Amino acid sequence: MTSTAPPVRRRRPRTGFGGPLQGWLYAAPTAIFVTLLFLVPLVLVFQMSASDWPLLSGNRGINFPENYADAVNHRLFWDSIRFTLLYTVITTVILIGLGLGLALLVQESTRWKGFLRTAFLIPSALGLASASLLFYVLYSPIAGPFAELMKSWGITFLGTPEGALWSTIFLIVWRFAGFYMLLMLVGLQGIPDDVYEAARIDGASRWQTFRSITVPLLKPTFALTTVMCVTGSLLAFEQFYILTKGGPDNSTMTVVQLIYNVAFQGQNSLGIAGALSVIVLLALIVINVFQLRAFRRTDES
Amino acid sequence: MTQTLTRTIVAPNHQPTAPRYRSKARRVVLGVPYWVFTTALAVIFLYPLIWTGVSSVSPMAGTSQTDGWGFGNYAALGEYQAGIWVYLGNSLFVSVLTVVLTLFISLLGGYAFARFSFPGKNALFLLTLAILMVPYATLLIPLYVILNAVGLQNSLVGVALVITMFQLPFSMFMMRISFESIPKEMDEAAMVDGCSSWGALWRVLLPAVKPGLVTVGLFAFLTAWNDFMAPLILINDTNRMTLPLAVANLRGQVQGVVDYGATEAGVVVLALPCILLFLILQRHYVRGFMSGAFKG
Repeated sequence: MTSTAPPVRRRRPRTGFGGPLQGWLYAAPTAIFVTLLFLVPLVLVFQMSASDWPLLSGNRGINFPENYADAVNHRLFWDSIRFTLLYTVITTVILIGLGLGLALLVQESTRWKGFLRTAFLIPSALGLASASLLFYVLYSPIAGPFAELMKSWGITFLGTPEGALWSTIFLIVWRFAGFYMLLMLVGLQGIPDDVYEAARIDGASRWQTFRSITVPLLKPTFALTTVMCVTGSLLAFEQFYILTKGGPDNSTMTVVQLIYNVAFQGQNSLGIAGALSVIVLLALIVINVFQLRAFRRTDES
Repeated sequence: MTQTLTRTIVAPNHQPTAPRYRSKARRVVLGVPYWVFTTALAVIFLYPLIWTGVSSVSPMAGTSQTDGWGFGNYAALGEYQAGIWVYLGNSLFVSVLTVVLTLFISLLGGYAFARFSFPGKNALFLLTLAILMVPYATLLIPLYVILNAVGLQNSLVGVALVITMFQLPFSMFMMRISFESIPKEMDEAAMVDGCSSWGALWRVLLPAVKPGLVTVGLFAFLTAWNDFMAPLILINDTNRMTLPLAVANLRGQVQGVVDYGATEAGVVVLALPCILLFLILQRHYVRGFMSGAFKG
């Protein structure tokens, strides 16, 4: 993404074309959109986080450190952070591992493997909300296909904290595994044939080839997929909002859900929600910088 | 999330074709567990979809389809509150408006970033990409306040504007590389023939960036069609809800009794267009790069 175009060299300074004025004219819609719908809200969320700002009555003056204190002292603040981190770690490990496994499984092109690829990828076509609604019915103790089984064994999918966590993780893995498989396939195809050829001539076993060629050469792909998966999981909302509503007993409350609840359900404080949003934004930037650094360091060594 | 799907096209690809020499008998014996395993995997991935489709038309107590097969659940969905046609219409409106806005902005913006030099160009491009770094929720709360302040509360136009903004990093990146991959000689030739920069864009470059536009438009459509959080926060009026929101709200309307049948029907209506689009286009996106059609 950082590959900016080489400086444009004009052979003929033609009238108008390439001029700054025209350039700005074409870029104007972008600039207007980015300013009004991105920059202004971004500034506003910082202002909100420092103001007493109830949902219905608007800005009522500065409330600077208190909002942040209230946010951190919210009774679900630390619980939601702990849960979000736990969910992120489990999801990322499973999705990266499974994505690579599926990619290795369907790498060659045969008819059957083409069918498998399609089967793994189809869930990725669904929206996250649709997929969550689908599993809401699937996990239901009344209408789901496991209803009888659940009754006779006395288990529920969403009734216990552990069950709710793992049921949601299954949904997410089902929805995203094909997508991560696709990214891994692209990475795998970037590894030149002759490297494998050389390993084969040297008599390397399959496992040796995998460990000392495939994994190290996939490092850029691992970096990309990990950053994407961690970011996506830290901001998890829809799946929990639809499947568990944060329950049972607030055990599956993620940070973004907490922001939503503080802003729109009950407390109705945009100030505290703003403070939470700013905390999440900063944490996300720190985590991503840290991840990119870590990947770069292993790259150099 | 699906954004990266298309970026993959530009990746170089090599098919590892290391032949594995094995006797036929050994291949069959080793093949059995492989077939069982992969079939099981395929079943796990396809079963939830097939089950939902089948049970949305099959009889079940407590739904609108109690005896015999039929479309009772869909009828129930059709009569839910404002009716499914209203919600479908709302979703279509938001999706189409998002596509139009995204195409318009990213076509002009991509042209500007690829072909012109103007002060603040790199800053603006980086700023556009920075949208990716900011969490959805962080922006939606101030956007809710801003849209209320300018009279766009409860407005589908507001939802489309917000979704367009979140789509910008991907669309702008895509359109910029689309324009940059066209040789400069093409528009220069058009200029020599007397085209203005607008004429060159409209007559010469537009056909050349069409694949990029199709990709950008498709992803804008899917994102807007499936988006849940923006309408959840920005829309309160039941008549203006989009389809995902309406189906999600449909559960537990009648004193906590969930109409599972209608929910299944809703999931089918939501998912079907996406799955069809995926199946039609996967030839371009998946098979294409897998079989090396995009090779250098």
